[in-house]
Amino acid sequence: MVVIGVALLAGCYLVGMLIGDLLGLALGVEANVGGVGFAMVLLVVVADQLRRRGHLEPVSEQGILFWSAMYIPIVVAMAATQNVVSAVSGGPMAIIAGVAAVAVCLALVPVLARIGGRAEALPPLRDDEAMEAVR
Amino acid sequence: MNTLKDLLVDDGLVFAFFVVGVVMVASHATSKAVTRGRLQGSAIAIIVGLVLAYVGGHVTGGEKGISDIAIFGGMALLGGSMLRDLAIVSTAYGVDLREIRRGGATGILSILLGVFVSAIVGAAIAAMFGYTDAVSMATVGGGAATYIVGPVTGTALGASSEVVALSVAAGLVKSVLVMIGTPFIARFIGLDNYKSAMAYGGLMGTTSGVAGGLAATDKRLVPYGAMTATFYTGMGCLLVPSVFYFALRGLFG
Repeated sequence: MVVIGVALLAGCYLVGMLIGDLLGLALGVEANVGGVGFAMVLLVVVADQLRRRGHLEPVSEQGILFWSAMYIPIVVAMAATQNVVSAVSGGPMAIIAGVAAVAVCLALVPVLARIGGRAEALPPLRDDEAMEAVR
Repeated sequence: MNTLKDLLVDDGLVFAFFVVGVVMVASHATSKAVTRGRLQGSAIAIIVGLVLAYVGGHVTGGEKGISDIAIFGGMALLGGSMLRDLAIVSTAYGVDLREIRRGGATGILSILLGVFVSAIVGAAIAAMFGYTDAVSMATVGGGAATYIVGPVTGTALGASSEVVALSVAAGLVKSVLVMIGTPFIARFIGLDNYKSAMAYGGLMGTTSGVAGGLAATDKRLVPYGAMTATFYTGMGCLLVPSVFYFALRGLFG
């Protein structure tokens, strides 16, 4: 059943977020610390176990893959609901601070990516449709 | 006319699916026809989204972009953090955990470096503009990390509301810039493998920026960048009002 995949995803999301909230509480910060990350690890591990035991049929996987395919449209909606006016009209100091932070950190990406040896580049991507078909 | 408007308001989420679908189709067509695929359809779609957000904010004076216009209210749900994070988690399906573990050192270092480097840069810019007290510098530094760390720091340290607003604006600039800029800069910083995506997520930290930037670059990198970015705001809220603030106070009195 497709809904099994959706429910599995939802369950991992909720447990991961709960861990992130509790970790934030333990650290004394009013923020979720790593909730999405914990949820991702949980989903990978649990789905892998279920698949090995034959409890996760391909049709159930569709419930997860649907949301994965909806990722970009959701991000577009996210972009459309950002407070862009404030970003643009924040004045020179806000703009310079934001731009400088991005520039310096981007420059550090290749430096940090080199730790422990360079990873291989992903095979070239033809376009989004091709990728969805592969998965 | 009113009937249609009521329908679109009441069934906002369904209308949002439709609107985003139209944006995606138009963006992919533009990508093929105008840029011959050189600029990905998703990158164009995100830029269109940001333009819509500007228009919405400009017309209504609100803070939530296009969704402040009543009939586009559903966009706030579709693009809100709940569905966004659910979709991010789903992209992890099929990821090899060994890769995440292999990139662990890179990831942890990138988060710490990302928080402190952004905060230092933000604080330095604040000082250049005359905000030389430790509280204001820490608050703007927090804003340069993310637009959540800025106000959290400002509130904790008792910064003026003007400085808090500036820190939010700095964070928003960062987030928008990361969304737009990443696909253009990806080639030059080697953003084409899981490890550089983990470094990128930890260094940039802004969840919306990283989510948008990687979507526009290569969706397969999303889980790796999101994995590290998800720890960033929490670490920022922990480190900037404490360690970073005390360091500033020690240095500048």
